[in-house]
Amino acid sequence: MPEPVLTARGISKHFGGLTAVDDVDFEVSAGEVVALLGDNGAGKSTLIKCISGVYRPETGHVSFKGADITGHAPADIRQRGIETIYQDLALAENLDVGANVFLGKELTRRLLRLLPVTDDQRMRSEAAGALDQLDIHIPSLKQKLVNLSGGQRQAVAIARALYWQAQLMIMDEPTAALAVPEQRKVLALIRSLRESGIPVILISHTLHDVMAVADRLVIMRRGQVVANIPRAEASEELVVRHIVGAA
Amino acid sequence: MQLPSKLGAAQRQSLVDSRFIDFLTKSWSYFFLLGLVIFFSLTGMGFFSVRNFASILTTSTLIMLMSIGQTYVIITAGIDLSIGWTVGLSSVTTARVMRDLAESGNDVAYAMLVGVFAGLLVALIPGLVNGVLVAKIRVPPFIATLGMFGIVRGAAFLLTDGQQVVRGLSAELRESLRMIGNGSLLYYIPDRGFEWFALPADLPPQQLRLVSQLLPYPVIITALVVLVFAFILARSKFGRHTYVIGGSEEAARRSGINVDRHLIIIYIICGLTAGIAGVLHLFRFTAGAPQAGEAALLSSVAAVVIGGTNLFGGEGDIMGAVVGSLIIAVLQTGLVILNIESIWQFIVVGVVIIIAVLVNQLQAALERFQSNA
Repeated sequence: MPEPVLTARGISKHFGGLTAVDDVDFEVSAGEVVALLGDNGAGKSTLIKCISGVYRPETGHVSFKGADITGHAPADIRQRGIETIYQDLALAENLDVGANVFLGKELTRRLLRLLPVTDDQRMRSEAAGALDQLDIHIPSLKQKLVNLSGGQRQAVAIARALYWQAQLMIMDEPTAALAVPEQRKVLALIRSLRESGIPVILISHTLHDVMAVADRLVIMRRGQVVANIPRAEASEELVVRHIVGAA
Repeated sequence: MQLPSKLGAAQRQSLVDSRFIDFLTKSWSYFFLLGLVIFFSLTGMGFFSVRNFASILTTSTLIMLMSIGQTYVIITAGIDLSIGWTVGLSSVTTARVMRDLAESGNDVAYAMLVGVFAGLLVALIPGLVNGVLVAKIRVPPFIATLGMFGIVRGAAFLLTDGQQVVRGLSAELRESLRMIGNGSLLYYIPDRGFEWFALPADLPPQQLRLVSQLLPYPVIITALVVLVFAFILARSKFGRHTYVIGGSEEAARRSGINVDRHLIIIYIICGLTAGIAGVLHLFRFTAGAPQAGEAALLSSVAAVVIGGTNLFGGEGDIMGAVVGSLIIAVLQTGLVILNIESIWQFIVVGVVIIIAVLVNQLQAALERFQSNA
């Protein structure tokens, strides 16, 4: 068993009288795809937000690559390499692929050695490189994202995270809004992330996706982890029973 | 617009050549401007002349300057309704400072310089307040700037004690203003050739009427402002972030762009270009008038929309606003030359705005259509 990259111990978080996450342990090892499952309100999102820094856990500690990151600001946690890809992808759909990979961190060059201007050509070619690594081909990188398919946009979001040296990818329902062929592409992307050694936390309602790519399944129910099983030992029926609390 | 969805992909392809439609929707305003110029040149006596073109360009400067800042604001999915009165506030402030400084015995050139500076500075205030209201307090831009519309209007009239103009500008001051506001860098006098900076003093009146202004100062100043802000929007990091905010404010925030600060700067820019318009208005008409930009506000929004900038944000450019402003100025002048009652201007400009929005929607519908194909 490889050393865990991310370790969360004894995490709790309440909202008023509601216990969203209750003394949860959770870890992810290098190159591992961990699926986080559970019904609505089971505490998946809250747990993830305690990791990505959106929430500060009331008890417990999160450490990433040996450093304690409990309660750090989201920007700092991103800086350390934990990248969360939300359902809305946080892309500017009115701009092209290059602009989106470099969103907020645009490359510039000096026009006439004087005026700093955005270096669109270089951003596009760097973006093309990042997409190539994921084996994604987008016909024209000058296309605005609004003209790309959902899967291609997902790929742009992932390519951006990789380009900026993501060490751990958290993906929230990445296939929810996609057509079936597109879903397959995203699952292939997750596999290629694993192959390049980047662990993935996959939050999904789609059991089929989970069974297709996950190495390990963590199932939450009412704020607690009720099962933590390797893929090889999981059957759809067992997983469903854990989710609904009939195990 | 709803397009039939039962067609196969191949059939859809043959319905429209997407690149052609794309080209047409993006550049129809350029063709429309060209068409208008040709139409009025053929039908209006004296329309096709250097003299008239210089006059159209000069007329367009007010709307054009206002539409520059407005373009930035609209790209962020906002709108600034207050700039019509910012023009007036700036015009009035400049006039008062110039008058008071000149009256107290200062050099006219010095008075003018300080006046211009004061006029530009005062225009930043409504912009700053608009920006803070929109960015920090999350007031919808329409409401925030509508409030500012009333405040700035009142402030401008307070500065003239309720009068239509600032009274008491000396003859010397007015003459100096006119030299820039109605002057030209280069003149052409038939039978005498070109003259730089100023007309010869001994020019007989009958020749004066034939003089063409080749490079009026207001046009040169406006062109410089256009160049600077077009460059910033199209090429700089600041410009790129403006589009990002217009595309998705959430994406902008998550990518580390300081959205609040950016929005505040954009509303300040909008105030600044309106301020430049106000100062220029004073130079052209040698009267500080609170209502200088009142009628131009809607025209400036119209110019931006005609130029293809999307009112929902994320799309548009300064050249579009320039073309939109020219279309409005050509229509105004052309209809006058054709002796059509000026009331028709409003109707024609209104129709053009609606056409512009329809063309934009057609483009959006086609993009959806293609991405579904």
